[in-house]
Amino acid sequence: MPISTDLLGLQATLEDYARDFGLDFAEIRYEMLDYRMLNQVAAYDGFPTRYPHWRFGMEYERLSKSYAYGLHRIYEMVINTEPVYAYLLTSNQRVDQKLVMAHVCGHADFFKHNLWFAHTNRKMLDEMANHATRIRRHVERHGIDRVEDFIDACLSLDNLIDIHAAGIRRRPPAAGEADAVGGNGDSVHKLPAKDYMDAFINPPDFLAAQQQKLQEAEKQRQRFPAEPERDILLFLLEYAPLENWQRDVLDIIREEAYYFAPQRQTKIMNEGWAVFAHTHLMTEKAMTPDELIDYAEHHSGVVATAQGRLNPYALGFELFRDIEDRWNRGAFGAEWEACTDERTRRSWDKKLGQGRQKVFEVRRVYNDIGFIDAFLTEDFAREHKLFTFDYNDDEEQYEIASRNFKEIKKKLLFQLTNFGQPLIEIVDANYENRGELYLTHRFEGVDLDVPFAQDTLRNLFKVWGRPVHIETPTEEEGRLLFSHGPEGGVWRKLN
Amino acid sequence: MILSIEQDTSRFRRIVRGQVRQNLKKYMSNGELIGRQGKDLVSIPIPQIELPHFRFGNGQGGVGQGDGEIGAPIGQGDPKDGNGKAGNQPGRHILEVEMTLQELVALLGEELGLPRIQPKSKNQIEGEVTRYNGLRRAGPEGLRHFKRTYREALKRQMISGTYNHERPAIIPIHDDKRYRSWKTYPRPDSNAVIFYMMDVSGSMSQRKKELVRLTAFWIDTWLKAHYPRVATRYIVHDSAAHEVDEHTFYHVRESGGTCISSAYELCFKLMRREHPAADWNIYAFHFSDGENFGDDDDRKCIQLLTEGLLPDVNLFCYGQVQSTVGRQFMDTLNEHIEDEKMATAKINDDDEIYDAIKTFLGKGV
Repeated sequence: MPISTDLLGLQATLEDYARDFGLDFAEIRYEMLDYRMLNQVAAYDGFPTRYPHWRFGMEYERLSKSYAYGLHRIYEMVINTEPVYAYLLTSNQRVDQKLVMAHVCGHADFFKHNLWFAHTNRKMLDEMANHATRIRRHVERHGIDRVEDFIDACLSLDNLIDIHAAGIRRRPPAAGEADAVGGNGDSVHKLPAKDYMDAFINPPDFLAAQQQKLQEAEKQRQRFPAEPERDILLFLLEYAPLENWQRDVLDIIREEAYYFAPQRQTKIMNEGWAVFAHTHLMTEKAMTPDELIDYAEHHSGVVATAQGRLNPYALGFELFRDIEDRWNRGAFGAEWEACTDERTRRSWDKKLGQGRQKVFEVRRVYNDIGFIDAFLTEDFAREHKLFTFDYNDDEEQYEIASRNFKEIKKKLLFQLTNFGQPLIEIVDANYENRGELYLTHRFEGVDLDVPFAQDTLRNLFKVWGRPVHIETPTEEEGRLLFSHGPEGGVWRKLN
Repeated sequence: MILSIEQDTSRFRRIVRGQVRQNLKKYMSNGELIGRQGKDLVSIPIPQIELPHFRFGNGQGGVGQGDGEIGAPIGQGDPKDGNGKAGNQPGRHILEVEMTLQELVALLGEELGLPRIQPKSKNQIEGEVTRYNGLRRAGPEGLRHFKRTYREALKRQMISGTYNHERPAIIPIHDDKRYRSWKTYPRPDSNAVIFYMMDVSGSMSQRKKELVRLTAFWIDTWLKAHYPRVATRYIVHDSAAHEVDEHTFYHVRESGGTCISSAYELCFKLMRREHPAADWNIYAFHFSDGENFGDDDDRKCIQLLTEGLLPDVNLFCYGQVQSTVGRQFMDTLNEHIEDEKMATAKINDDDEIYDAIKTFLGKGV
């Protein structure tokens, strides 16, 4: 349902304020939904149509149940498309809608300017609908059970993507290019030299080293894949013996995984930025005096931290505020870092006034990892009472483990690296010369969830068709190799 | 309007049926989980399926915010879900919500595929209901309808021009007063009575009674959802039968032989005297461990059932709990009686409660 004229007017006013503030965004279209529709759209990750799959139904049930029992409600939702689509809940008061619109302006600005979103498909609305059609067609032809079973197998692997793939090229250049760069590759490449200098410029040991390099390169070429492959879904798409419809399904799952990746990479920043935007727009311009109480209540609800848990909205928002303040005061750089006198630090003010400029820059170039790494300072952690927690097996509860800044930062960054998912690569697709897939898990200090890993392996086997293996280091037992083949799953210790 | 996601939801439910069956069994076997808390609320998790992924094992902890000494416990449950940051796997927790008994019944019906009961039509009209849904000009002050009276007075003052904006006092006079009035409606009623009979002879252990209690809970819940009023009668027997209250029913322990016919006889007597089939939907459930004293008594039971009980009841069910003896009463029943009003089931452990309920209530009568 389109929004009322009144709200359209409100939208125009707010967007003017937002532009004055410096935000810049694509056209925003609001849809008014009742809670049932809103729950549906939320279950569909913000899209009006998705392919048929039970997991959306599961999410819908969960949302509906918890809405019905007053456990939570969704105020707003916005998706990264062009034009930007955002949804409003019919039952919200006008001041809520105002707050939501101001918030959405922040998100829309972020989608447009944050570099991690630069590669995303802004026509995803159409793309999702196309995916739905394609999968429905496969379902009609092959039956829901077969297709769904395969979708489940793919979904089970959908975190095996290379989240940096959009930004860098890992694959060696294609064959034609390689020739151009490396020459004819077979004979040792001598440095150009006159005859009488040749023995000095190209001494025998140099040539021998070159020869060895070549041999290694040759060996490398025989390995397949030549470099460890992190985009496992792509690899499967290219090399797994799939039927056409299966390849299509896998392609869809992969495309959607990549579409959603930047949102997971910038959760703290994105939400923080939207709160930052709505705070400024509302408190400086948009709010009328009689809306103050309602606004304050909802804003504090958004940034509340419950039971010692980090709230990405609050963390991002406070960090942006901290950055703005520090760059206004000039509280950064070597001189600042060197200063240890608490009183000087507190009254530090170089009157630089670069705060606003800095936050806009930050929202453009960082993602969550960089954001936390660069701007989470010891002062900030202390001021906001951050701590790390761990599970205490004896007490069977989570307990505060430390308030040490280094620990906090390390843990936070670890959670953000690769979405807090294990780094897994394909190192050999022809293991033991039997066409078996060999994966390794790069150890980050935390063991894999073993039962889950074994089940995932079974799904990988379903896609790859030949036995699959994953090598994973564990803290207590050293390196383990889990395998799954036609006879089921087995595991053994390595060396 | 039907949402497109309903398709996914029903698909999910169908998938879960295999899985929720486990969950449902879990509730049913765990007495503590069911208990009626406060009004009629029980706690039930929302089913979640989580596809496997390569992910880290448990116990990685995280970062939080707030006051507290080192070593102080933080919030209940899994804090990882609360911070909602990138790097958290959602859906690892189960959200516990309170569910009303009605919803539980709906779930029970859905999961077990139980048909709804069609109460036997009873021509007889029983009782009447009073509804306050009218207005009168006269009545006791206690039933005065304040709002309507006020409105009438306001109307009168507006019309007569005595209403004063400056001093908007509304004073009703006698004619303005309105009183609530009631009407009585006849209410057709279909009542049900459940007879629970249980063998309490020496061989019925506490464990067996627990199984009976759990089964009875679900039967109660289901039947009460279909009848406005359900009376429950409890009969225990060893070699003789007595009527007891609910507490005694589940806790009494006697020794001695078993003479099932005594229970049937008592049940039949109570039915005749207090719950004539013309007025009542009658459900009879009998639980024992399958021992009975001799062929004579078996014959007597068969006779009582075929001539006395079965013609009058909607349903007669026999649940055989953890039987150990060779010759079992259940076999005797099945050999001699062929009646669609009778259902028999074995309940050897918690899991079989589920099947027993399905057998008993699956008939939809």
